[in-house]
Amino acid sequence: MKEDCFDVAVIGAGVSGAAIARKLSLYRLKVTLIEKCEDVSFGVSKANSGIIHAGFHHKPATLKSRLEIEGNLMFEKFQQELQFPFKRVGILVAAFSYEEMKTVEKLYQQGIENNVPLIEICNRERLLELEPKLNSDVSGGLYAPTGGIIEPYRYVFALVESAMKNGVKLFTDFKVIRAGYSGGQYTITSAKGRSLKAKYVINAGGLYADEISSLFKAEKYKIFPRKGEEYLLERNSSGFPNHVIFPVPIKNSKGTLVIPTVEGTMMIGPTAEEIKDKEDVATTPENLEKVFSLAMKMIPSISKREIITSFAGLRPAMEGNDFYIDISKKASHFIQVAGIQSPGLTASPAIAEYVKDLLKKDGLKLVEKRDYDPFLKGAMVVRGRTPEEADKLIKKDSAYGNIVCRCENVSEAEVTEAIEKGHTTMDGIKFYTRAGMGKCQGGFCTYKILHLINQKAGISINKITKRGGRSTIVYDTLSDKNIK
Amino acid sequence: MLEKKVNAVVIGGGSAGMAAALSIAEKGYQVAIIEREDTLGGILLQCIHNGFGLQEFKQELTGPEYAQRFEDFVHKNRKINIFLETTAVDITQNDNGTRVVNTYSKKHGVILFSADAVVLAMGCRERNRGNIAIAGTRPAGIFTAGLAQRLLNIDGFIPGKKVVIIGSGDIGLIMARRLTWVGTEVLGVVEIQPFPSGLTRNIVQCLNDFSIPLYLNHVVSRIYGKERVTKVRITPITQDGKIDEKKSFQIACDTILLSVGLIPDMELAKNAGVRINHDTNGPYVNADLMTSQEGIFACGNALHVHDIVDYVTEEARRCGSYVHDYIQGGRVKKQGNVIPGANIKYILPNHYVTHRNNRLYCRPMIVKNNAELFIKINKKFVLQKKLRHIQPSEMISIDLEKDVFKNIQKDQNHTLEVSIR
Repeated sequence: MKEDCFDVAVIGAGVSGAAIARKLSLYRLKVTLIEKCEDVSFGVSKANSGIIHAGFHHKPATLKSRLEIEGNLMFEKFQQELQFPFKRVGILVAAFSYEEMKTVEKLYQQGIENNVPLIEICNRERLLELEPKLNSDVSGGLYAPTGGIIEPYRYVFALVESAMKNGVKLFTDFKVIRAGYSGGQYTITSAKGRSLKAKYVINAGGLYADEISSLFKAEKYKIFPRKGEEYLLERNSSGFPNHVIFPVPIKNSKGTLVIPTVEGTMMIGPTAEEIKDKEDVATTPENLEKVFSLAMKMIPSISKREIITSFAGLRPAMEGNDFYIDISKKASHFIQVAGIQSPGLTASPAIAEYVKDLLKKDGLKLVEKRDYDPFLKGAMVVRGRTPEEADKLIKKDSAYGNIVCRCENVSEAEVTEAIEKGHTTMDGIKFYTRAGMGKCQGGFCTYKILHLINQKAGISINKITKRGGRSTIVYDTLSDKNIK
Repeated sequence: MLEKKVNAVVIGGGSAGMAAALSIAEKGYQVAIIEREDTLGGILLQCIHNGFGLQEFKQELTGPEYAQRFEDFVHKNRKINIFLETTAVDITQNDNGTRVVNTYSKKHGVILFSADAVVLAMGCRERNRGNIAIAGTRPAGIFTAGLAQRLLNIDGFIPGKKVVIIGSGDIGLIMARRLTWVGTEVLGVVEIQPFPSGLTRNIVQCLNDFSIPLYLNHVVSRIYGKERVTKVRITPITQDGKIDEKKSFQIACDTILLSVGLIPDMELAKNAGVRINHDTNGPYVNADLMTSQEGIFACGNALHVHDIVDYVTEEARRCGSYVHDYIQGGRVKKQGNVIPGANIKYILPNHYVTHRNNRLYCRPMIVKNNAELFIKINKKFVLQKKLRHIQPSEMISIDLEKDVFKNIQKDQNHTLEVSIR
């Protein structure tokens, strides 16, 4: 069998890999994006706070700080092209003591050095005016209007969709287990025995970047998973703020935040806990208490009654805590994109630019395509429309009139679009459409979605999974043999 | 876009919606039933076990049979128009005060219904894992009991091979028996409280008859498994309510069912400004089952969660007659407050009237034999009643004849308090 041969293989379809693949799709190159999971954005990129940071948290000398600022400023353009949910709601840091106000001043100075636009220090009155739900004990704080919120998975889906539209070939369920280099190209083999060739390799392996690096005989380093637990609260929550609210940061963490999501739910978290297992995304009752008490110190009206669900994500941290983006000194034509923890999402557009420049430096010829199309149509949704608009949409395609997910008002047409775009797991559809993300957590829509996947993708219902592998939803079909 | 004018819109075509619609239509008013599924009947359709209708029909029916009887009445009634596969997405108000229900329909596009009265009869949803914050991973194989019931009884899919059920609510108990019948091993039911939260008859018929262990005073303290559930950790709770970590044990299983309570489905109502009662999670209602929003009524499990469907029917029918009075323009009579006293989880409705009989529904917070119910108006005893046995899973209904109020001065503010000791 002849193997596919690419100019560049990007390993990892998280936010970094997706942004890089899309950037490279601008050029006359054969590019592939390889993902070990069943769908894209299923790793680090799906479980995070969804914040576009303003750029005052990190020291000016670091690479992450530079890319954070550059990335932040690119989001309007990206949103215009790709149509994902993003809002610049602004970030507040709330200080509760004289000492904390001193830290706020330092953050302000850092922000100024980093060229964060419009950053300011607020006194108590101004802060409470900006955010009336804040605890009135607040001493004052920082305001960075350029901070924002985003749906991270929708952003990654859009990046990948755009990349694919411009010729990038995506392989999911492709866990790299072997790599060899000969004759100026790598042969990359998956756990399921598929293989492909590529001249350049970009390691955007997230939590597993260290393992990918050693498979390719490049630098030896270690990724330390740092767990963060988050709690999702319902729409119209009593504590829903106007801005993203940060506490004053401590050590390695930006602290537990209160986040208004783009779609109207609210999130609080994350925790920060060094762990060993890269798959450990369990939540604990201790952290629930911790997160709520920290969040309620900032906004007292937050209520546990309003929890929809909890989840945990892992940050791929590295020694030194900076991004590690560089041409490998050991493996040929191998670019490391590792340690991309916060603010990786914010920095992603700039990371893509940076990696493109590294590839150029490493000898890759970049010629722009004539027919590159940066624009996506954006998913059509029926929710939030006026009756006239909704009527027009339903008359055009009656499937918009069939509401599948009642909590988030997601129609059959939207679920079908997700399936047709290749999202055939329950989680993939949930992240693409929001079906199952609301209050009932799939109680009323799971069976409808199972039937739709079955009808549109031809997968038999007992083979449909939550997120690939052996995560099947139902065990068997009811038949006479089961009846006792 | 279709615009339709009716006297009343009933949102939900389940047991509550059908009974309410029939009662409004019997008085000659035009009613539209909005139902999101492709058939009437609601959750009854997946309840293929028997035990329905003992009060309403003096007969033991299955859920679908109970639903069918009402469906037949509804179809025969020419004052009722049924809109299937139609989802209500918004309730607004016209300048003249009439309510507008905005709906999406596969067949008709958007239909805007304007009506004098709206009845919320959209039932309830199940509390899920997030609501009770169980620690651990988030693998496949975790279902609410009602979803598992739907998948098995209507879609024909068996959720798993080895099941642990969290919570002893009625649907969980019914599913323990149902799953055993299709060859699934039910390894236990774990209940945080010292007493079951489902009806006694279900404990006997669904657990005891199949030797399924019931772990009272226990919680599932952790869920394990990366792709699919692999096991759960079960931990006893000591008398003072603490978790006794040392006595934890594990059960290997591939599926978890949650039967940890039901919550009225109130999103639509909340957006319409309806005030919510945190004790029922349904709306506050006056003696005529009208919510804080004029012209919006509620009944059935959308108002509060009932034990048996016969009570839903009774309440919905009464709601329909109040809606009828309202449409006819009967002036709202002055109403007294109803408040919960000792050992009462909640009492409904939140107001009462003195010119007619009142039926109150309440739920106790204690388990007791030979309990007594006390009713006070403005702190004076007006009624006392013996109750043979009470428990939180069994709703208590109280009929107050209007004679009780004969010594109440009509123009004064008055408060009625119900206690159980």
